[in-house]
Amino acid sequence: MARRDGQSQNLGSRLVQLGFLAAVLALWYLATNRWGVNRLLLPNPLSVWRQLIDVLRSGEYLPDLRVTLTELAVAFVLAMTSGTVVGFFVSRTRYSIRVFEPLFAGIYSIPIILFLPLYILFFGLGPSSKIALGTTISFFPIVLSTVAGFGNVDRTLVTAARSMGASNYQMFRYVLVPAALPVILTGLRMGFTVALLSIIGSETIASLAGLGHHIVQLAEGMDMPRMFAYIAFVVAIAAILNGAVSFLEARGRRRLG
Amino acid sequence: MSAETEAFLHRHPGVVRLGVIVLILLVWEIAARWFIDPLFISPPSRVFASLGAVWNTQGVPAALRLTFFELAVAFAISVAAGLTVGLAIGLQPFARKSLMPIVLLVYGLPQITILPIFILYFGIGAASKIAFGVTHGTFPIIITVVAGVQNLKPILLTSARSMGASRWHILRWVIFPHMIPSFFAGMRLGMTGVLLGVLLAELYVSTGGIGHFTTLFTENFDPTKLFGLVAMLAAMAIVLNEIVRRAELRFGRWR
Repeated sequence: MARRDGQSQNLGSRLVQLGFLAAVLALWYLATNRWGVNRLLLPNPLSVWRQLIDVLRSGEYLPDLRVTLTELAVAFVLAMTSGTVVGFFVSRTRYSIRVFEPLFAGIYSIPIILFLPLYILFFGLGPSSKIALGTTISFFPIVLSTVAGFGNVDRTLVTAARSMGASNYQMFRYVLVPAALPVILTGLRMGFTVALLSIIGSETIASLAGLGHHIVQLAEGMDMPRMFAYIAFVVAIAAILNGAVSFLEARGRRRLG
Repeated sequence: MSAETEAFLHRHPGVVRLGVIVLILLVWEIAARWFIDPLFISPPSRVFASLGAVWNTQGVPAALRLTFFELAVAFAISVAAGLTVGLAIGLQPFARKSLMPIVLLVYGLPQITILPIFILYFGIGAASKIAFGVTHGTFPIIITVVAGVQNLKPILLTSARSMGASRWHILRWVIFPHMIPSFFAGMRLGMTGVLLGVLLAELYVSTGGIGHFTTLFTENFDPTKLFGLVAMLAAMAIVLNEIVRRAELRFGRWR
């Protein structure tokens, strides 16, 4: 009986969610087609849909997508390398953790997007300022999680491996990395997400190319249906990328677990 | 190094941390003074000396005040909305099950992509910054409030009810006290979100806020003033974050 209650409640929740989605779409449709909301403020959902199909079919997004993905890849690789290496060396002694960890955590609490004007002045409007900002922003979650991961390895494991005569390399490869990896993977996922957001963000604020830049161009041209379509496209890209990274994180965890 | 200084440093890692910061500033000072084009970067000593000049620039104090006002209003709205919606969703198991996935879905969207829409709807003044700050700040508060209500032990509710507590009594004496830690944690996350949202919108387009001046100083290749202004904003962000964090520490551990 209780189980059937749970099932009907599940069904109810799904219905509410579907209803919510349907209501949003219906309101959107009615607002543009019946109630005469200005087309410049809210485009018709049907025309947005047509533009979305057109965006996908024409392939005009490819150059911008390539720019954004390149920036993202370079920024993330830089942040991953520097973050894990710095984090590993900081985590080697309890003392250096106590010195550096609050420093990283303190800087991490400042909204680093503030430095964007400095980066643009220094690196220019091109991809390098986005790469630099993305690297800076994703460095901090990665370094903090690396320090937490390597710093909290169970002492017993380390002592046991030592007493059985593990070399430094064996210690690193078979004890420290497997023990620290779950925490580090979480940090890498967070780093990836914030790198993606900050790169699209800095493209929106000041740039010459990229997905964020294209949205702004459409907004400035007041091409509303196409801008909404393009926003949906970028949101889908971000969702796919984040989903892929979450999947890789789960896989890396299972392989070691 | 004598054994005494070593022991002292060992007890106070903060001193070494300060040393690291001074070292970084020193490297920056030397690099900026002698190795890098002064059009792009400014040594910290000059930035520090210019803070007064930045403050005296026509319009900067007003811009800082305006940005502070936007942050405060956006934070207040986020807390009020986040608490109300969070309680409404969290207290009803059915509502939680149906609506939480929607909240989490919306929270996961990259909001920066819709920034141009906010400018379109709310104009280039303070309203668009406040609105963008609110959408960034509300969701973390909703999520932590819901989590806080969810973690309430059912036995407490049952015993309160069996002792004849009314709905209001349960809300006031059982649910609120147990929510306080997660509520303050949510406020801290909300403040981070509000800072991000407001500053993003400011940097995107601004007529009277600090975004106007960061653009002005960047376009005039005036790194000294730009660094000074960014330093002031960073200080504002640190102070706001610290207030919320202190509040969390103070009220978060009442049990």
